[in-house]
Parts: sequence; C-alpha cells; structure tokens
Amino acid sequence: MAFKDFIFKKSLWLFHFGGASCNNCDIEILDCLTPRYDVERFGMILVGSIRHADVLLVNGSINQKDKVRLLELYNQAPKPILVVAIGACGCTGGIFAQGNTFAGPVDKIIPVDAYIPGCPPKPEAILAGIVKLLNK
Amino acid sequence: MLKELFYFLVYPGLLFVSVAGGLLSWFDRKVTAMVQFRKGPPLLQPFYDFLKLLLVKETILPIRGSKITFILAPVFGLFGALIASVFIFIPLLGIETGFQGDLIVIFYLLAIPPLSYMIGAMASGNPMASVGASREMKLILSYELTFLLVIMAIVFKSGYTISLNEILEQQAQQGAFIGSIAGVILFIVSIFVIQAKLGLVPFDMAEAETEINHGPFIEYSGTAYAIIKLTKYIMLFTLPAFVIALFMKGLQWNGIQILWSVLKILGVVLLLTLIRNTNPRLKINQAMRFFFIWMNLLAIVAIVLVIFGL
Repeated sequence: MAFKDFIFKKSLWLFHFGGASCNNCDIEILDCLTPRYDVERFGMILVGSIRHADVLLVNGSINQKDKVRLLELYNQAPKPILVVAIGACGCTGGIFAQGNTFAGPVDKIIPVDAYIPGCPPKPEAILAGIVKLLNK
Repeated sequence: MLKELFYFLVYPGLLFVSVAGGLLSWFDRKVTAMVQFRKGPPLLQPFYDFLKLLLVKETILPIRGSKITFILAPVFGLFGALIASVFIFIPLLGIETGFQGDLIVIFYLLAIPPLSYMIGAMASGNPMASVGASREMKLILSYELTFLLVIMAIVFKSGYTISLNEILEQQAQQGAFIGSIAGVILFIVSIFVIQAKLGLVPFDMAEAETEINHGPFIEYSGTAYAIIKLTKYIMLFTLPAFVIALFMKGLQWNGIQILWSVLKILGVVLLLTLIRNTNPRLKINQAMRFFFIWMNLLAIVAIVLVIFGL
C-alpha cells in the first residue's frame, strides 16, 4: 500500500475545470506549467481527458449550471482522484457567495482534498499547495 | 520452446525494450524541457507513470460501445509492437540470424499498433475518438506507401535480399548505407515516416490533445492506458533501432562499440525530439500531401539513384 501511495504521488496528472471564473486563476494555473515554475519537475502534466486525470483542479465560482457538469466530471473520473479548490471563489465563493445563481463552494458538491486561497493565488502559492498535497 | 519464451519476455523482448523505451521516453521529455528552458521530469518518471496507471488507477469501460474490443485492442497493439521488436533486435544485437523475409514481416507487424489504436477508438463509442481514429487511418494510408518505398530502396541497395541480417552483413562489408547520396535522402524520408508512426508533433493530429483531447485514447484509463503507454515506449525504442539497422550498420554490443550504439540511438531520438519541438501541428490534408507528393517523390528519386549505383 505504501508503494502504491508513493507511485501515485510521484505522477499526478492534472485536469483543469474552470467554473464561472474571471480567468485570473486559469492564467495563474497555466503559469505553473511555464519554464519559471515548471511543475513537470514533480511529474505533473496537464492532460486533456478526465479519464487520465489524478487531480481535478477546480477554480471559479460554481453556479447552478456548473454544478451539474462538475458532478458529471467527478463521476467520470477514475478513482482515486484528488480535488483541489483554487482561488477565493473555489474555496468559499468569494464575492459571489450571496449571488442568486451561486450553487455553493466546491466542497459542498464534491469532497475537496486541498484548498489554495487567494484572488488569484500566486503560482508560488499553488506550488506550496501542491507540496502540501504531496506530503499529506 | 524455453529459449523462444526467453527471447519474447526478457531479452530482447518485453523487459529489455520496455526499460530501454522508458529511458528513451525520459530522454525525450528531458530534451523537450531543456529546449523550453525548463528543468524537466526525474529519470524514473516514465516508470512512475506506467506503474501508477497499472496498479493504482481504476479502469473504466464504456457503457455504449463494445467492451471486449475496447479492452483487447491495446493488448493486440502491445503484442504487435513486441513481436516486431523481437524480430528486429534478434539480428540487430547478433543473437541469432533471423529468417529469410523477416523485413516484410517486420513491415506488417509495425503497422499493427496504430491499427489497434484505431479499432479501440472505434469501439469506445466516443465522437472525439472517432475523429481521432479517422485521422489516424488517413495518416496510415499516407505514410505506409512511403515506408514501403524506403524498404524497397534498401532491398535494391543491398543486392535484392529481404533478410535484415544480410542487409547488416552488406553494410559491414561495403560501409553504412547512409554514406551515399541515396542513403542520405532515404534517411531523411524515413525520419519523417517514423515521426508519423510515433505520432509526434508535426503529425500528431490523431491525438491532438488541445483539439480533440488525446483522440483515440480519450476513453482509456487505468490498466488499458498503461498498456498503451508501454506500447508507445516500445515503439520509441524499436523504430529508431530499425532505422539504425537499415542505414547505420546496426548496433554492436562489445567494447567501445557499446558507446557508439547508444550514441546512435540517442542521436536519432534527439533528431525526432528536435523536429517535434520546433514545428507546429499540421492539418491532416497537409500531412497527406506532404507524404503522397513530396516524400514519395524523394523516395522514388532515391530508388533511381540506387539503381544507377549512387
């Protein structure tokens, strides 16, 4: 079991779900893949299909329409899967928390393993969150 | 019987080619990272990826579509690549002489992995996978003829023999085939052909991950995807080795020759990686035109040069 855990943490493939985001968090996530921050050092790559994903990155406020799609994606993902909520909107709802169409922060819909707050979080903060996830 | 099983499963079969292919896959990713001024993944990253997919992840089968075909297609692909690599490496590493006509058998076996990806994609019932499969089919149609012309030119050049071992012996006597004008042209053509066979960037329209989300592999997860990854590692080692056998005297495993052999393989893979990192993805019609007109033309020019003895 320890070996499986070790292998899993050595090769986390990321899938990016952007809710009703203002795009700042999306850009900061993409910054992590650029030469300056380079998360491929930890064996992480961005994949295009949820069937290959090990980590589901969720950012942006989740409204009624996103909720259905997020649940669908979570059910389609092969288990075990880790969920990371990125940004103030993903963690708590941020300034949209009182809105009409707001459907709750991410952890009310699917179980979340790590929160990375910030509006938007800096790439350093995202890397720190990743390292905490790896040491968990 | 035991000897054949050893050839198939340990050396030069499953264990040897998958370890070497995994290391080459790391080399490919590391060079890509260096081209982009990044640090790149650790040495054992391909093995972590493979073991994670094999042991940890769940395998999901499609509700709509044929489950048995979906799960068996990667296995057929793996076995095709494996048998092809055994037939290539047995004469190449000097273990045995191989048999008469193995060049033709290798040509057909190397076509099995892309075909199996296509069958698996069609069985998954996903529209993106169908788009990927149809592009893969067009790509196969365009590069196979060119590949056949290259092999034909090599057969002409080595005095009408269709045995890989005799081609290697011819090169040992009269020097590597890449030393002639026709050899250089054929080497360029075959580099593009294996680029397309491996699905690397100018010709990766079948699995374009930003466009149709990995195309044929979109529905694969867990163990089935691990087998596909393993097939890709094996092909990344086998195809450059085949090109080296056809043009560069093959590999020798004694004394200082080991260094040369490793450098030859790394050189060919480096060439493929640099092409992959400095080119954009072509559209499928551009790729077909590229192979049907330009590469076939170059291959035919090379055949004519071979017949005139250049």
